[in-house]
Amino acid sequence: MIDNRPSRRIIAHAVLIFGVLIVAFPIYYTFVASTHSLQTILRPPLPLIPGSHFLENYTTALFGGIDRIGGVGVDRLLWNSTVVAVLIAVGKIFISILSAYAVVFFRFPFRMTFFWLIFITLMLPVEVRILPTYKVMVDFGLIDTYAGLTLPLMASATATLLFRQFFMTIPGELVEAARVDGAGPWRFFWDILLPLSKTNIAALFVIQFIYGWTQYLWPLLVTNRNDMGTIVIALRKMISFADADTEWHLVMVTCILAILPPILVVVLMQRWFVRGLVETEK
Amino acid sequence: MAPRAIFPNKLLPYLLLAPQLAITAIFFYWPASQALYQSLLREDPFGLSTQYVGLANFRHVLNDPNYLHSFQVTIVFSVATAVLAMVPALFLAVMADKVVRGRGIYRTLLIWPYAVAPAIAGMLWLFLFNPSIGSIAVMLRSLGIYWDPLLNGPQAMILVVAAASWKQISYNFLFFVAGLQAIPKSLVEAAAIDGAGEMKRFWTIIFPLLAPTTFFLLVINTVYAFFDTFGIIHAVTGGGPGKATETLVYKVYNDGFVNLILGESAAQSVILMVIVIALTAVQFRYVERRVHYG
Repeated sequence: MIDNRPSRRIIAHAVLIFGVLIVAFPIYYTFVASTHSLQTILRPPLPLIPGSHFLENYTTALFGGIDRIGGVGVDRLLWNSTVVAVLIAVGKIFISILSAYAVVFFRFPFRMTFFWLIFITLMLPVEVRILPTYKVMVDFGLIDTYAGLTLPLMASATATLLFRQFFMTIPGELVEAARVDGAGPWRFFWDILLPLSKTNIAALFVIQFIYGWTQYLWPLLVTNRNDMGTIVIALRKMISFADADTEWHLVMVTCILAILPPILVVVLMQRWFVRGLVETEK
Repeated sequence: MAPRAIFPNKLLPYLLLAPQLAITAIFFYWPASQALYQSLLREDPFGLSTQYVGLANFRHVLNDPNYLHSFQVTIVFSVATAVLAMVPALFLAVMADKVVRGRGIYRTLLIWPYAVAPAIAGMLWLFLFNPSIGSIAVMLRSLGIYWDPLLNGPQAMILVVAAASWKQISYNFLFFVAGLQAIPKSLVEAAAIDGAGEMKRFWTIIFPLLAPTTFFLLVINTVYAFFDTFGIIHAVTGGGPGKATETLVYKVYNDGFVNLILGESAAQSVILMVIVIALTAVQFRYVERRVHYG
């Protein structure tokens, strides 16, 4: 039989705890730094326990406005990031579920051509076509707008593929039954398909929310105004190693505030997150 | 595709497809075709004159020592990141497979770096290892190690690799745990009865059966290191010092947006597209096979 002595399990626990500590340490230490004064941070090494400036630092960052980024407060940045992440997630789900519905439940000329046209976009991450896409943004006047921040990131084949896969598992009898009962395509979509897709939608939402929140290159390009930046981009602008006036305590607060919402989403919606991760990568 | 009940409707499917197709056409196909077109042109930075130069941009890029160097940097960076992100993840997953109680808690505590933006991951690590205010940097120096990732190329590389792989461990861990759970316990027990020790069981049974997961993760991690780590590089090193951490994606950005060498930046984009297509093709071939493992 497999050796299952307690000593083995204790070693496994020890290794896991060690792994958790390593993984969590950078985040924990940033949190510690966010509760210390600037003077303490500038005199390393920093203590391992939180300091006494928690309230002061967080209120300054959230509502005081930060000089390096034109006096914009973190509250505004959090709002921008939330809008962007939610728009990307909802937009992606919306357009993908519709197109997957069309591809699976209708027959029309060029159906597979359209499917392949969408499918191929899987191979073109925004990073490889940044310049021309940027030019499109300028031509449409979408610089410094939420539309510019979100639209190009909405079209993705992954969500369409996921919905298509799921729709194909729905028995034809169900569609037949709905039609016999007089349901049209819209009615079928709203009353049957959408409720059945709830879990998939939740899973996708978590994955796409994280995707939207953590974007970097695109927001960097399409925003010039500080008050339209996402929190990740603003954070980059707040740090400068060339001069000494980086307000590290505020940087640390912003770091924590920037990672808190997506971490909460992942941890609280863990079941859907894991499911979404495994499903979208299939 | 299996024959199935469908709705007879001529116009509706096109309307349903319209939003996605419109966005795809405007933000994917049009820019991609522009990149292709521009890669054949040479344009001065002000856009005043344009000249058709055929494949000259590609020839130039592929013979440019800076580009080849950046290729090398990308390969080193990707391989190091993939290995460093996968080995600890596999190790932790094997351990998590052993424990009975608390598995869920460990998973919760290990998955959160996934939610951290790459750029922020880079900043967290930079804060620890920054030569002037980083606590760990201070410790390294007190141990007599000369540490300055802002000036020393290899150290800068170590820093970005550490940040990039730290973030990716969560992802790999989840997939390895799922892979391990799919391995039939009876196989492992049979080997144990035949007298195979723990290491032997791992290398002769568990590891080969995990191969599909490992290979899949290798592709995903490579794609991640190629494209998603732009934020880390931009936030932590800016490609420097010198060009020690200038990856291919960073160079496309730098040449196109900072140095305004449009034609060559476009040619680089096209080369990247070819690389992505190749990687995706590999991934899909593998997915076909993975079906058998269920």
